[in-house]
Amino acid sequence: MLIRVCVNGDWREADAWEGTSLLSWLRDELRLVGSKNACEQGECGSCSMWLDGEMVCSCLVLAAQAHDRQVRTIESLSAGEQMHPVQEAFVHAGAVQCGFCTPGLVVAVVDLLDRDPDPDEINVREALSGNLCRCTGYQKIMDAVRLAAESRREAIG
Amino acid sequence: MSTSLHERTRERIGENVRRIDGIPKTTGSFAYGSDQWHDGMLWGATLRSPHPHARIRRIDVGDALVSAGVQAVLTHEDVPGKKTYGLEIADQPVLPWDVVMHVGQPVAIVAAETPELAKRAASKIHVEYEPRESVLDMVAALDPAAPKLHHWGNVLRHVRIEHGDPDAKADVWIEGYYETAMQDQAALGPEAGIAIPAEDGGIDLIVSTQWLHADRQQIAPVLDLPEERVRMTLAGVGGAFGSREDLHMQIHACMLAMRTGRPVKMSYGREESFLSHVHRHPSRVWLRTGASRDGQLVSIRGRIVVDGGAFASSTSAVIANATTFLSGPYDVPNALLEGTAVYTNNPPCGAMRGFGAPQVCFAHEANLDRLARELGLDPVELRLRNAVSIGSVLPTGQVIRGSAPTRAVIERCRDLPMPESDVPARRHAMTFPGGAGNVCHGEGLRQGVGFAFGYKNVAYSEGFDDFHQARVTLSAGANGPVAEIHTAGVECGQGFSTIVAQIAREELGIQDVVLHTADTQVESAGSTSASRQTVMGGGAVQMACRAVAEVLFARALPGLQQEGTLGLADGQVVANGAPIADLLDLLDEPVTVTRTFHHHATMGFDERGQGDIHWMFSFGAQRAVVEVDEELGLVKVVQLASALDAGRALNPQAVEGQSEGGSAQGLGLALMEEIVLREGRIANASFTDYLIPTMLDMPPVVTTIVEDPEPNVAYGAKGIGEMATVVSTAAIVAAIRDATGRELRRAPVRPDDIVGLAEEREVPPWPPVPEVPGQRPMPEYFGAAPDQSELRPTT
Repeated sequence: MLIRVCVNGDWREADAWEGTSLLSWLRDELRLVGSKNACEQGECGSCSMWLDGEMVCSCLVLAAQAHDRQVRTIESLSAGEQMHPVQEAFVHAGAVQCGFCTPGLVVAVVDLLDRDPDPDEINVREALSGNLCRCTGYQKIMDAVRLAAESRREAIG
Repeated sequence: MSTSLHERTRERIGENVRRIDGIPKTTGSFAYGSDQWHDGMLWGATLRSPHPHARIRRIDVGDALVSAGVQAVLTHEDVPGKKTYGLEIADQPVLPWDVVMHVGQPVAIVAAETPELAKRAASKIHVEYEPRESVLDMVAALDPAAPKLHHWGNVLRHVRIEHGDPDAKADVWIEGYYETAMQDQAALGPEAGIAIPAEDGGIDLIVSTQWLHADRQQIAPVLDLPEERVRMTLAGVGGAFGSREDLHMQIHACMLAMRTGRPVKMSYGREESFLSHVHRHPSRVWLRTGASRDGQLVSIRGRIVVDGGAFASSTSAVIANATTFLSGPYDVPNALLEGTAVYTNNPPCGAMRGFGAPQVCFAHEANLDRLARELGLDPVELRLRNAVSIGSVLPTGQVIRGSAPTRAVIERCRDLPMPESDVPARRHAMTFPGGAGNVCHGEGLRQGVGFAFGYKNVAYSEGFDDFHQARVTLSAGANGPVAEIHTAGVECGQGFSTIVAQIAREELGIQDVVLHTADTQVESAGSTSASRQTVMGGGAVQMACRAVAEVLFARALPGLQQEGTLGLADGQVVANGAPIADLLDLLDEPVTVTRTFHHHATMGFDERGQGDIHWMFSFGAQRAVVEVDEELGLVKVVQLASALDAGRALNPQAVEGQSEGGSAQGLGLALMEEIVLREGRIANASFTDYLIPTMLDMPPVVTTIVEDPEPNVAYGAKGIGEMATVVSTAAIVAAIRDATGRELRRAPVRPDDIVGLAEEREVPPWPPVPEVPGQRPMPEYFGAAPDQSELRPTT
């Protein structure tokens, strides 16, 4: 079936088998591979993206469910050299190792700070507990969130 | 295909350096194995054995061949060359012809137009099996009546280390028995890559791996190709932790690509990932620790058995490590340490971060805690009293040389600040054991503190020819001199790429560094494992840079002998600190130098298990603070304090990252991670059922880096990739013992163990010692020499 989705501001069309997840459709048909495939069952958060502004695990969304809707992926957050402050914070804090979880975590942190610009530690841990990272032990991810929240407040205030 | 990384910065050795690959990894543009793509490519799929042990009566591929979109269905009959492979011993069929040895073993492979069509076709391959009696218990495998799984039997290797007089008298004896579970590396990036057939009949393979050249040495003979026609390029690696030491989809994708003449991508899902890579060996340890009344260790007798599963993988090296470390990093004049690795019909085990050391640390540290209690001594004091130092003689007879700041590691770990605690009424429910479950509000809460000390070898041991080759080119760029680094060293996430770029900047006094993608156009870099790449790759890049500098000195001052006073800084050649020539003026012709770093030779075991088995040691200590809800058996780790012996920290932020991440994997094995096997089948092959720590499980990790430079290596840096994982499990379980008073002989600790619902099991007797002709892996006594050239002992 033909699926039509507004991806990062552009309407895109591609064929999809009925069982294809939104994640696979974006990765294999549109070749947007920034969102990662690590568990295929909504446990790891590596495929996090926004569907009509709501963060989802795109491995649990059928491509067909996204038909005629708005999808925003990790690729929307940077343009060339211009990185999102959350991405800057991840690099600066040393929150990146193998990097496979990073796009999903960046999306989750952007989503968190949009909802709660000054989250306390427990709220951060709870908000990000759906994103698995096997390399960092999460400490520098925590640092990155603090750093990103600070720079966001500075940018606004 | 992943591209070269370029960075312009002033940051050098010893500074917190932003990762060279940080930007592409945060923007999503970094291409991992599973992101590879090629026009016209096919997708591969694998049919795997449902049986732990069975004879194959018949394989019928007829229905699969006519399934929609299928381009090839291959079995053992289609293997072009050698039928077996293996990291150390070629005991593993590419595709089996007579017998399957474990659940999940690949049996046949398919290439089709889409992943779904490939999987559907694989499900249409009909295999008729005749199940055989399986060997599923590691000690039962030693029973002479057990089915013999390989023609050399079920013993893969037995190591025996005898030192001093193991019958020496001690005032106090502690008898311990300990078990650790099978752990999964759970790297987030799946096993994946793409094989592209080339016009010369060879193959280009872009893949996530830990060691390109060892892969190629196994792949080429199977494909019946000369090595130079198997061209390998590293795809981005989404974590490894040992799981990518062994081949996964490499040979299968190449076979399908060569058969179909089209590129073939294979990318495993999570369940298949669990089935397809080796795991951390489950272990059983019997340990008898003898000491004098004043707390000096007198004698240790130990036995470890590990389950290697169906095939050898790197098990023979793991059991050697585990046996040498069985008495811990302590001075003990008398010892008898024996280690046995067996074959079973369980999934194969091999490398995982720590490589045999975490299992024995769990045991020797538990015994020391019990000894401290018995003697009325402080457990940290007991460790200080017995820790090795320079000049100590290990049970292998090896003398500790170089850097061994053991007392500093223990004391600085002990002295790290304890966590602040608040009265329960003022605490958020999420901070209690059970967290989001909201089951505990401070009642029945007990705090415990545990301490563990351990050590591990850095780089390869037992006489293996361990080296890393690096090529460095310095040329004139638009903005100044540019250094290009080319090695086959694999970046798994730990920061190797960033370290070598730092080294090039430091040595060459420049800012622009380009790091080429790792491939087989240079010689081997060895594996990114054994905490070795900072030392080995760092050493090679430093050597190459220094040779480049020599060429530049000769160009700056032809004919002059100015040794020792010349240097490179800020794009200049400097003499006694003063600039004498601009590098750009010396680089009309680029300078290219290739250098190979070898560490000094180690040896195999002699008949008494003596020898300089290892090269360099790194030490680590950890203190864990836990809270336990005794009614529900739930544990909250409150803080981990970690001291790591880094020699010198080249990038302190990256060392902390290894401490924090390594501790998380140790916490996993302490509390939640276990591959559950039922009749040889993994019952929890998913992230829903195999739990790894989340951000809510991980406490703050406080790290102190002990810097006592190792002589004769680049900048005195040691590898520290594994240390935190070695000690963390032991420290956390010790803390739970402290909180609960329970014995807790097994990791992971389950709620049932804490509340006392777990079935009380008697300590099993010490297992029989197998009869073996010597200390080498058994297959070698039956003519199966190691396949990998680097792995062949040089002595």
